[in-house]
Amino acid sequence: MTSTFVGMPKFPVAAREALANTQLRSNLAHATATIRDKRARVVAEVDNWEELRLSGAAIKDAALASLDQHLVRLEARLTAAGAEVRWARDADEACTIVAEVAQRHGIDEVVKVKSMVTQEIGLNEALQEQGISAWETDLAELIVQLGDDLPSHILVPAIHRNRAEILEIFQRRMQGLASPEELTDDPAVLAGAAREHLRQKFLTARMAVSGANFAVAETGTLVVVESEGNGRMCLTLPEVLVSVVGIEKVVPTWEDLDVFLRLLPRSSTGERMNPYTSTWTGVTPGDGPQEVVVVLLDNGRTRALADQVGRQALRCIRCSACLNSCPVYERVGGHAYGSVYPGPIGAILNPLLKGVGVDEQVDSLPYASSLCGACFEVCPVRIDIPSVLVDLRAQVVDAHRAKRWGGVPSMQTVAMKGAAATFRSGRRLRLAERFARLGTGIAARVGARAWTGSRDLPRAPRESFRAWWRRTDGGTR
Amino acid sequence: MRVALMVTCINDALFPDVGKACVTLLRRLGVEVDFPDAQTCCGQPMVNTGYLDEAIAPLRSFVKAFEGYDAIVTPSGSCAGSARHQHGMVARRSGDPELVAAVERTAPRTYELSEFLVDVLGVTDVGACFPHRVTYHPTCHSLRMLGVGDRPTTLLRAVRGLDLVELPRAEECCGFGGTFAVKNSDTSVAMVSDKARHVRETGAEVLVAGDSSCLMNIGGALSRQQAGIRVMHLAEVLAQTATGGGQS
Ligand code: SF4
Repeated sequence: MTSTFVGMPKFPVAAREALANTQLRSNLAHATATIRDKRARVVAEVDNWEELRLSGAAIKDAALASLDQHLVRLEARLTAAGAEVRWARDADEACTIVAEVAQRHGIDEVVKVKSMVTQEIGLNEALQEQGISAWETDLAELIVQLGDDLPSHILVPAIHRNRAEILEIFQRRMQGLASPEELTDDPAVLAGAAREHLRQKFLTARMAVSGANFAVAETGTLVVVESEGNGRMCLTLPEVLVSVVGIEKVVPTWEDLDVFLRLLPRSSTGERMNPYTSTWTGVTPGDGPQEVVVVLLDNGRTRALADQVGRQALRCIRCSACLNSCPVYERVGGHAYGSVYPGPIGAILNPLLKGVGVDEQVDSLPYASSLCGACFEVCPVRIDIPSVLVDLRAQVVDAHRAKRWGGVPSMQTVAMKGAAATFRSGRRLRLAERFARLGTGIAARVGARAWTGSRDLPRAPRESFRAWWRRTDGGTR
Repeated sequence: MRVALMVTCINDALFPDVGKACVTLLRRLGVEVDFPDAQTCCGQPMVNTGYLDEAIAPLRSFVKAFEGYDAIVTPSGSCAGSARHQHGMVARRSGDPELVAAVERTAPRTYELSEFLVDVLGVTDVGACFPHRVTYHPTCHSLRMLGVGDRPTTLLRAVRGLDLVELPRAEECCGFGGTFAVKNSDTSVAMVSDKARHVRETGAEVLVAGDSSCLMNIGGALSRQQAGIRVMHLAEVLAQTATGGGQS
């Protein structure tokens, strides 16, 4: 399988490639515009939307501020309800736990409910190495999986594929189809084929793996929100259910959950309510999975929590509204971000989880934004993504400052230090303008070719405003 | 009221006519405006690239230039946003309590031009005349960081002879974003090309915005495409009168 994000090029390089793909660009433009408009319509229906956003942010902030207590409570309630709770520091630990559970039951095939976190830890690949096949059951994830592809959107992972491509993937890779040659690219026919394929999996797989959108501490209840019903099948049919849950998913009470169940569907799919909301509390004797394992995962979350500005990213409920509203995402798509978390949230979450100053690709992400602020405007939990981006940029620069101590500074550093020296006083700036024709100077310094490839530069004026003011005494002479 | 013009580094060096238009306009409205010579740059280019230490010197010059004024007026939503929302962070980074205190005085006194006209002077008709078909791009920082709302379009609608046509997808970023335009130039160009196309679709003669940097970006693309559409800063349009006289 080629589905791994390891070793991706820096954002600008990956973006250039994506921009050259005109099919991708038109798919993306169409899909994001549709969801964006739908979201705007249903959000406008809610009178107290701003209040809901404020409560959502406040609830998550409070939960994060005493995360230790809520997690201990969640563990106690889950255990009391018959679930086994395991703690995983990182991806490896989490994958090992899931594989162990499968192995102790002699299981070599599991069905999966779409979940970001299992992609984050590379679970499918890790299970594959242990001889366990993991089947995605969400339609779009299935397309991605069968195509040996990478997801490009949180909610619509196959947003970069069109019908013809999907038909081709199904014909080539889908197992158990009665008559693959009769497939057409009619969406109903394609969905029917997927249903046929998935039903077999649901009925035969003895174990399911899920994530969770929320974990309610007061009762030890996990919540999965979905649209296709495949999640409900996975959560109820198999004997064994393992759920991998990021530690930031905890909400203290059901009353808190209520706020998010109102914020999430409108923000994500532009629906008033999502079709399926499944909740389960440990094991229900005689009904559903009789072995329930919950893996509580850190994998960088405590690092993010320690970041004063960045910790707000842990409020994220993965609605993907920020992706759909982002002019950069709309043009380059998800793959350029090199992670299962693309778009504006990916540009902050990846550096926060992984840390900066180590990997060039990660360090390029905070710069993958024009800081237009469209993401902040739509985020249901009010994550101030532009401010976090700016703060992370400073962290990237500081990390490199520390490393390059005594070494050769980068071109960018030279330019910034030069500008800072020029901007130290009005007198210096006046001299710089006079002697260096700052106008063209700036352009040359910031890299004229990147600008002039498709844009003309303004003509430099005869005299600066400052010089004019001096010469004419503020236009009075 | 003591009013200072913060012209911004880009207008100072590249678009002096925008600064002159501000002076003309403010004087016509009875405001005696100063240009404190100590001013340089608000520091935003450094801050937004991650160079916080390098933003401290420009901030010191900012504070030195503008302390003591009742209002600091700037023809840039972006630079006003930087003064109001970023200077505090830079000052704290410096570890200098005096700089922090000074910023607490200058930040709330900094106004983007349309805010100053509408909120402080209480004017929506500045007595301008500009008989042209115009479309308006609400730049991101004016729109989202400052929340100037409909102030600029209210001012434009009161201009004699001006025909304001709506820009499709007006609220979408033009792709400038400071060093973003260079660091991610391919993406930036993809964005500005779409913005320029939308501007052309309006059939306007002039594109107006409240930020010279965005205008330089969109104008650069329009000019390369030989679209025959001029770009003008809001201040330049508002400074025009029946007798011409855009400049002092
Ligand atoms: S950052 Fe906000 S808008 Fe983006 S996915 Fe998370 S919750 Fe949704």
